[in-house]
Amino acid sequence: MTLTIPFRPSAPGPTAPDPTAPGSTAPSPATLARGEVRLDGVTKVFGRGASATTVLADVDLRVAPGEFLAVVGPSGCGKSTMLSLVAGLDRPTSGTVGTGGKTAFMFQDATLLPWLTAAQNVALALRLRGVPRGERGDLTRSLLERVRLGSHADRRPHELSGGMRQRVALARVLAQDAPVVLMDEPLGALDAMTRDRMHDEIERVWAEAGLTVLFVTHNVREAVRLGDRVVLMGSSPGRIVTSRPIELPRPRRLDSAGVAELAAELTAELREEGARRGG
Amino acid sequence: MGDDATATGGTADLAVVDPVAVDPAGTARRSVGTPLRSVWRATWPKLLAITLFITAWQLVVLTGWRPPYALPGPPTVARELWDLVLVDPKFWPALVTTLRRAAVGFLFAATVGTVLGIAVARSRVLRAGVGSLITGLQTMPSITWFPLAILLFGISETAITFVVVLGAAPSIANGILSGIDHVPPAFTRLGAVLGAGGWRLYRYVVLPAALPSYVAGLNQGWAFAWRSLMAGELLVIVASRPSVGSRLSFSQEFGNAPQLIAYMLVILVVGMLADTAFTASARRMRSRRGLASD
Repeated sequence: MTLTIPFRPSAPGPTAPDPTAPGSTAPSPATLARGEVRLDGVTKVFGRGASATTVLADVDLRVAPGEFLAVVGPSGCGKSTMLSLVAGLDRPTSGTVGTGGKTAFMFQDATLLPWLTAAQNVALALRLRGVPRGERGDLTRSLLERVRLGSHADRRPHELSGGMRQRVALARVLAQDAPVVLMDEPLGALDAMTRDRMHDEIERVWAEAGLTVLFVTHNVREAVRLGDRVVLMGSSPGRIVTSRPIELPRPRRLDSAGVAELAAELTAELREEGARRGG
Repeated sequence: MGDDATATGGTADLAVVDPVAVDPAGTARRSVGTPLRSVWRATWPKLLAITLFITAWQLVVLTGWRPPYALPGPPTVARELWDLVLVDPKFWPALVTTLRRAAVGFLFAATVGTVLGIAVARSRVLRAGVGSLITGLQTMPSITWFPLAILLFGISETAITFVVVLGAAPSIANGILSGIDHVPPAFTRLGAVLGAGGWRLYRYVVLPAALPSYVAGLNQGWAFAWRSLMAGELLVIVASRPSVGSRLSFSQEFGNAPQLIAYMLVILVVGMLADTAFTASARRMRSRRGLASD
């Protein structure tokens, strides 16, 4: 199979991420509003020559400030790669990525540092952001209160449940004080009940803080439950298949008829796309 | 189990608390018993082993396999040990000299090993150049360094320190190196996401993550330092400065078997105490990180 990779020289454009400063992709304020995310013709190829794999092909995406965008797709569709590019952890092979302000990242497993307590994990983000020592204590406490973990501040990660660990990670994301938050299947490892509760938690925090969220998941229902808009991605090569605004009123429930119906529709669409690609 | 109930009761707001959370908290607390009982649980097998060893030793002496001046029995050695510790004016200065040498040599080795380990971890050239050399040095019996050390530094403290450092530093360097090499990539990624680059990544993420392996390296380094030091003190006897090694050597020359065995017991006990300290700190660190195998 031969793939035509649309190549665009990536040099021009003030929106190109600076790979030396992850999380601080410097956009020009003139073009991007705070909290806005923009991908233009982004292609990512891993490897070279015969073993080269196109993970993302010519992806265009705009995320409005304060939007909750859910990205769904089968594994291998490049959705995690897309987040890495937006976070500035990796550079696109061609095309430009820009964000209005810094980005914060929430990983699939909470990735708390096991030698630090819950509070210290949050405080580390503050410290690395340059918050002076005197302010860190109070700020850490209020962040943990916001995810309702105030009474567990001095627990170590292994003494917390999976859901609690993700709530600490959520507090740490807030500590980064970035307008754009990237979440890479953050609830994948949780049981259904905890997951349901985390949906409420993430939705509440998102609304309170006015964040832009890019939430990657392989669960279509979860995407419909959370997103203002759902973007469906297809694989080999990874690209955006369709983008669908979700107009169901909030708060939504994962098991409501509206969510189930829309999810079924989107799943059908994904399946159709897969079949068309001979997948 | 009463402590289970208190662990659960502590988690206040039931509406928010995940049901799974109750268990990890419970297991974390259950392992803590009364301190006295846990000391006893750790001690009695040791006491039993020592009793068995002394009994076997006494039995061998009773068979008359070797004459008593070559192999004295436990009571004779015990009396000698008692005299040594409480009466002999040379014992404490000798022990202090030896422990000072061990401390100086070990600290030197820790400094050299740590700097070397971090440097090799960070530089590809250094890794290719001296990475395997470090492991090579580690397998080299340190006693083989003494002839060269004596040529270079004469019969002196420096010769002893030199060999102790050469014996211990490679283990310490390897400990921190493998710790750094095995830092989970997720942690480095997190560091990048939080904006920690360069030395800040090392300070807040990489080095703390490498700490358990580093402590294991220090522990092994200590063992090598102690062995090298004992070999050195038998070979390099600095005039008018008694040490545990030189006293051991004199005991053999003067045919004082009880004293010889008493000194060997002292060497054993010092080594065990140091190892216990390292093991305890390693275990505390592992359990704080939720890695305790118990």
